[in-house]
Amino acid sequence: MTTAALPVHEQPPFWRIVRRILPIVSMTVLIIFALLQILPFVFTVANSFKCLPAIAAEPQAFIPVPPFGVSCVSPEGRVLPADATTGTVTFNPSTEGYQEVFAANLGRWAFNTAVYSVVIMLLRLAFDSLAGYALARLKFPGNRLIFFVILGTLMIPSVVLLIPRFIILRQLGWLNTYQGVIITLAADAFGIFLMKQFFESIPDEIEEAAQVDGANRFVMFFRIVLPMATPALTALAIFSFQGQWNNFMDALIIVGGNPSLYNLPLGLATLRGASGETLRWHQFLAGSVITTLPLAIIFFIFQRYFVEGVTYSGLKG
Amino acid sequence: MAQTATPTTALPVSRPVSTVASKKRQEAITGLTFIAPALIILLVFMVVPLIAAGYFSLTNWDGIRPLTRGIISEENPNGAYEFVGLENYERLLIREGSRQEGFFTALKNTIYYVLGVVPVQTFLALTLAVIVNQRFLKAKGFFRTAFYFPSITSSVVISLIFMWLFTSNGLVNLALKAIFPDYQQVTWLNDPNGIIHNFLGLFGITRRSVGDWASLEIASIRLWDWISGPSVTMLMIMILNTWTTTGTLMVIYLAALQNIPSHVYEAAYVDGANAWQIFRKITVPLLRPTTFFVVTIGLIGTFQVFDQIFVISNGGPADTTLTIAYLVYASGFTDTRMGQAAATAVLLFIIIFTFTLIQRRFVSERADV
Repeated sequence: MTTAALPVHEQPPFWRIVRRILPIVSMTVLIIFALLQILPFVFTVANSFKCLPAIAAEPQAFIPVPPFGVSCVSPEGRVLPADATTGTVTFNPSTEGYQEVFAANLGRWAFNTAVYSVVIMLLRLAFDSLAGYALARLKFPGNRLIFFVILGTLMIPSVVLLIPRFIILRQLGWLNTYQGVIITLAADAFGIFLMKQFFESIPDEIEEAAQVDGANRFVMFFRIVLPMATPALTALAIFSFQGQWNNFMDALIIVGGNPSLYNLPLGLATLRGASGETLRWHQFLAGSVITTLPLAIIFFIFQRYFVEGVTYSGLKG
Repeated sequence: MAQTATPTTALPVSRPVSTVASKKRQEAITGLTFIAPALIILLVFMVVPLIAAGYFSLTNWDGIRPLTRGIISEENPNGAYEFVGLENYERLLIREGSRQEGFFTALKNTIYYVLGVVPVQTFLALTLAVIVNQRFLKAKGFFRTAFYFPSITSSVVISLIFMWLFTSNGLVNLALKAIFPDYQQVTWLNDPNGIIHNFLGLFGITRRSVGDWASLEIASIRLWDWISGPSVTMLMIMILNTWTTTGTLMVIYLAALQNIPSHVYEAAYVDGANAWQIFRKITVPLLRPTTFFVVTIGLIGTFQVFDQIFVISNGGPADTTLTIAYLVYASGFTDTRMGQAAATAVLLFIIIFTFTLIQRRFVSERADV
C-alpha cells in the first residue's frame, strides 16, 4: 500500500514521519527475511564441499578451504594435504561427501526418483485431463456422484492413508515394486479439478465447430482441446513433478523394504537413520545438494508456473 | 458426431444421421471412458483404503499375518486377525495407563505444534506479502523468488539442513553467541523441557512451587506437563516448518493482494483514510477468503507433521516430539499393531475434519461483521 493519502502538508506529523521511514523499514525487514531464507542453502552448498572435521570446525566459512587447522582424513585413511592451505586462502574443496553418498547408492536413488517423477507426471497429465474434460463437458450417468467422490478424496489427509494404502498394496502384491509407487499415484483429485476448471473456462464454440465438421470426441480432445490447455498442463506437470520428486512418505510405505527402489528423500532419511551417534554431515549435505539441484534448475526456468500453480492451490508435496 | 469409443483419425464422413438418443448414448460412453482411469485409481488407492482403515481399526491385525488366512475363529485358529470391537479406541482414549499408547501425549504435542505454527506463519506471510506489494518497492520478483525457494525443496532435505544448523556447535548457536555474548548454549536437538516451563522457571515458578494441582493427572499426564508447552526440540521443528511454509503462503497472499482493484484503495484515500485504516478496514476484510484458505491448508498440513519428526527426532526426546501422524506410523510399523494404528489414523481424520469445520464457522461468522 502506498501512504500518499493526502498532500504532505495536510498530513499529521506522525504520518509524515511514517511515510518517510516506511520504505527503509520495509526494505530492511525484507532483506533480513530473504537472507534467512537463502543463507541455509548457501551454507549447505559451501559445507558440502568440506570434509567432516572441517564442517565441525568451521561451518561458517563460505569458501571451502580445508583443513581449517584440522586434518581431513579420507575413508581410506589418506590424510588430505594440510600444508597447502595454512595461512593462505586456497580453494581446495573436498568431494568426500559426494563420493561417499554415491558409494551408498545415491545414483540409483536419483534414477528411481527421476523414473517415479516423470512417469507419474505423464500419467497424471493424461488421466487428470481426460477426467477433468469429462467432468467439465460431457454428460454421463453418475457424473454428479463421481464429481463428489473425487471432491471427497481431496479432503483425505495423506497421513491417514499411510496404513490403508500399505494394506491394499500388500493385498495386490505391489509392495516394493515400481508399479506400486507409480500406479498408486497416477491420478490425483487436485489435478482433475485444475483441468476441469480450465476446460470450463474455454468457450465451447470451438469444439462445437469441430463437431459440426464431424470430428469425434477423442480426435477432438487430443487435436483441439488439449493443445489449448498448455498453460494448465504445464502448471500440473510442474506441481506433480515437484511433489513426487520430494515424496517421502509414500516411498517409505511402498518401497521401504527394498533399498534399490528408494527415491532420494527415502535414501537420505535412511542414511541419516543408519548413521547412529556420529552424524555424517558431509554425506547429508552432499546428498541434500544433489536432491535439490534438479528442482532448483527447473524452478529457475519455469518460475512463473510454480508461482501460478501455487496460487491455484497452495498445496505442497 | 461422436461415433465410436475408440480413438481414430478417420473422419466419419458418410455415416447415417444419428438420432438425439444415440448421440446422448455416445456421449455417455465417451464420458465414462474418459473418467474411468482416474476414477479407478482414486477408488482403489484412496476410497477403498479409507474404508479398509475403518474396518481394520476394529481388529487386532498385526500387519504381518497374511489377510488371506481370514478371521480367527474356532474352526480357523490360524487366522490373521479377530474383531475386537472398539477396544483399540478404548485403549487409545479411555483405558487407565493410556500413557503407554501415547495418544494423549501425541495429541498434546500436535496441538502445541499446530497452535504455534499456524498463526505465526499466517501472520508472517500476510505481513511480508503486504510489504512486497507496496508500490514503491523495487525488486518484487527477487523477494518473491527468495521467499518461495524453500518451498520447492524436499522436507527430508530441509530437515537434514536444519538439524545441522541447530547442532550444539552449529551455525545457529554460533550466530546467537555472536549476537548475545552471554547466550547460554542450547542443545536444540535433545532438550525435552517445555518452553513455557522454562519461561516460568526464570521467575522461580516450578511444578512444586505452584501447589498440588500441578501434579494432578489428566489422561495419565500431569497438569504441569499439559501446560509446559512444546519442548525446545519441538520448538526447533516448529521454526523449521514456519520457515518452509511462510514463503508458499506469502505467494498466495501476494496473488490475492494484486487482485484487489486499485480503485478500492483510491476511494479510501479520497475519504481521507490513513494507511493503517486502509489495511485494517479494506485489505484484511478483502483477504478473508484467502486467509480462510491459508489457515485451512495450514491446519491440515501441520496436523499431519511426519517427515520432519521421522528424520530429526523419531518422537524423542522423552516423547516430546511424538505427533499423532508419527504415532500412526510407529504403532503400525514399529510395534506391528496395524489395527491400533488404523484406529489412531481414524481419530486423526476426525480431528482434522473437526478443526476445519470449526475454523470455517469462525471465519464465516467474522465475515458477517
